[in-house]
Amino acid sequence: MARVGVFVCHCGLNIASTVDIEKVVAYARGLPDVVVAEHNLYSCSEEGLSSIRKSIEKNKLDRVVVAACTPRTHEPLFRKTCELAGVNKYLFEFVNIREHCAWIHIKEPLSATDKAEKLIAMGVAKARLLEPQKETESSVIPTAVVIGGGLTGLTAAASLAAQGIDTHLIEREEKLGGVLGDVEVISPEFSKSGDLIGQLVKELKGSRHAKVHLGAKVVAVSGFIGNFEVTVEGKGKQEKIPAGAIILATGAQEFMPKGEYGFKEMPEVVTQLELERRLASGNVPRRAVFIQCVGSRQPGREYCSRICCNASLKNALRIVRTRPDSRVSIIHRDIMSYGTASERLYREASDRGVVFLRYGLERIPKVVRKKDGVVVEVYDETIDEMVDLDTDLVVLATPMVSREDARDLGKLLKVPLDKYGFFLEAHVKLRPVEFATDGVFIAGSARWPSSVTECMGQGLAAAAKASIPIRRGKVVVEAITASADPDRCAACGNCVIACPYEAIEIVEEHGKRYAKVNETKCKGCGTCVAACPNDAMQQRGFTSQQLSSMIDALIKSTEEET
Amino acid sequence: MAEFSPTILAFCCNWCSYAGADLAGVSRLQMPPNIHIIRVMCSASVKPEYVLKAISGGVDGVLVLGCHIGDCHYMTGNHRTAKRMPLVQKVLKEVGIDEKRLRLDWVSASEGEKFQKVVTDFVDEVKQLGPNPMRGVKW
Ligand SMILES: Cc1cc2nc3c(=O)[nH]c(=O)nc-3n(C[C@H](O)[C@H](O)[C@H](O)COP(=O)(O)OP(=O)(O)OC[C@H]3O[C@@H](n4cnc5c(N)ncnc54)[C@H](O)[C@@H]3O)c2cc1C
Ligand code: FES
Repeated sequence: MARVGVFVCHCGLNIASTVDIEKVVAYARGLPDVVVAEHNLYSCSEEGLSSIRKSIEKNKLDRVVVAACTPRTHEPLFRKTCELAGVNKYLFEFVNIREHCAWIHIKEPLSATDKAEKLIAMGVAKARLLEPQKETESSVIPTAVVIGGGLTGLTAAASLAAQGIDTHLIEREEKLGGVLGDVEVISPEFSKSGDLIGQLVKELKGSRHAKVHLGAKVVAVSGFIGNFEVTVEGKGKQEKIPAGAIILATGAQEFMPKGEYGFKEMPEVVTQLELERRLASGNVPRRAVFIQCVGSRQPGREYCSRICCNASLKNALRIVRTRPDSRVSIIHRDIMSYGTASERLYREASDRGVVFLRYGLERIPKVVRKKDGVVVEVYDETIDEMVDLDTDLVVLATPMVSREDARDLGKLLKVPLDKYGFFLEAHVKLRPVEFATDGVFIAGSARWPSSVTECMGQGLAAAAKASIPIRRGKVVVEAITASADPDRCAACGNCVIACPYEAIEIVEEHGKRYAKVNETKCKGCGTCVAACPNDAMQQRGFTSQQLSSMIDALIKSTEEET
Repeated sequence: MAEFSPTILAFCCNWCSYAGADLAGVSRLQMPPNIHIIRVMCSASVKPEYVLKAISGGVDGVLVLGCHIGDCHYMTGNHRTAKRMPLVQKVLKEVGIDEKRLRLDWVSASEGEKFQKVVTDFVDEVKQLGPNPMRGVKW
């Protein structure tokens, strides 16, 4: 008989504010073979893990069920805890009561609690039938692919190449640098982007480990960690690149206003990026008004784009530093000059006479054409009065938005995006540069609008993460492969046809013909299992017995309820 | 009488639809609490027997969710799901169970909102169908 332990996580208030944890734990105690049920404030914390470990040892558990968040991010952590406590990691079962329960039934605590109980009953039912497994290893192609040749992609690729890892950088434009191609000076240090990009490009060009593909598009991606194949198309030809890991660094783009504030109608109204181009060519306006948060922090696009306040401060300073006769105002909703260096820029701007005015969404500023130029009419909250600002240039600080084709790329790589179209990492704190899909990494503004320093940090982090499987040369393959029971198998060959990997053949051993699965070719999809008419084919960790027991548990717990 | 609250079983493939369900959660998209997910690696591994077992045991509806055609993590796995599930529906109809109690749909890893919509629609539909006539039948 199995000895099952159930550990229910509060996840702070994330789960506990909706699901009645105590009740669920009490319910779990009554499930078959459950010898102990406990709860933890944060099961994944150091403290939570060590208490689970102690409980496994103390209660001599041989099956462990954690009811918490999603196996897609946290399974490895709990499996490791099992191993440390001497329990094979395949004797662990994850029940998702956060993403699939607490978070989506916030207003129905009673039903959510019932549902959590049922999910746990199903998890325990499967856990009782789990079997220990041994893992195999597969080799890793020692090559990395970086998609996107902006600052982030360049940083990642240069780092990988410097480590001696063959790296392909795929950029769809004809030049490298991304957004920074139009941004000459970088705040807060006022360093030159040309120097930064130039240095990285030089490193790549000089490395025998780096290959840059310009004007190239990723059209297909197949495979798994260690064994991807990235198909790149460009200049009329197609190339298939085998790779062990993939880094996504496709950045973001500037939001183009849709006629707000007279954009497109009045030549005096430009975006921040246009101002960057003008300043770079020495075209410095005397009078300028910056309007912040144009198209962001409002219904439909609620987020703060994080870099626009600093960009406006930088450009306001570039104007007032070069032209003592200048008059610059920044109309904002809150100045987000995060970081000490940027705060210093804000101080300097104030000292040099840049005027800061605050507006609210209920009374947004107006740009009006007058005979001798344009006027920005703004209601100043502080003095409770309308203020007219005559100006030569109106700069709209618009947010960075996701690339138009980000969703297509997400589909190719099978990675998720958030509702604004930015790529979604596996976990914002625990796995910030990884996707939940192993072997695919994310960095830079493709993930969220990020400053130059942040993009470089993330680029390096992603490169470091991607180099781990490549350096090891091996990845552990999950023990979820299929195999047929020779005694049940009738050698009908249905599975042979069904397998997408040609991993199965009919063999004859000891006078018996049966379907034999090639372990290294099997990817663990389970297609053959459903094709088998005799229930002879089983997938490890997903046997028909295990899944049927989950269905039975659902039926039983529903019956008990009514 | 309290409103009929169906019990629904869902099979989600690890790579797309389960991730889509996770995304719905992360995005706090609210939906009816009737759905209970079993994670499988690919929608193609869902045996017809599971569906029949669930329905004959009184589960009011079964949802099978995979990656969009062309996106299956195992290349062509979901092509099989797409062929198999309509057959299972036929069998259900044959034995006098409304085939709408089984639904097949595709949800990608980035479609949290689609997951919410599919679940909400399906729960509504099963509510319309009423309790599974097999509920409480002793074999
Ligand atoms: C106006 C403005 C001013 C700024 N000023 C500052 C500043 O002063 N200080 C600061 O710290 N930060 C600043 N930033 C932010 C910073 O410049 C960016 O966040 C950073 O450069 C982003 O780098 P990235 O490599 O992540 O993305 P990007 O620069 O966007 O690069 C992505 C690259 O990927 C390519 N690509 C996209 N899709 C594909 C695809 N499917 N296949 C192949 N290639 C693809 C693109 O062509 C591009 O070259 C500013 C941003 C803006 C818009
Ligand atoms: S992996 Fe999603 S349907 Fe095959």
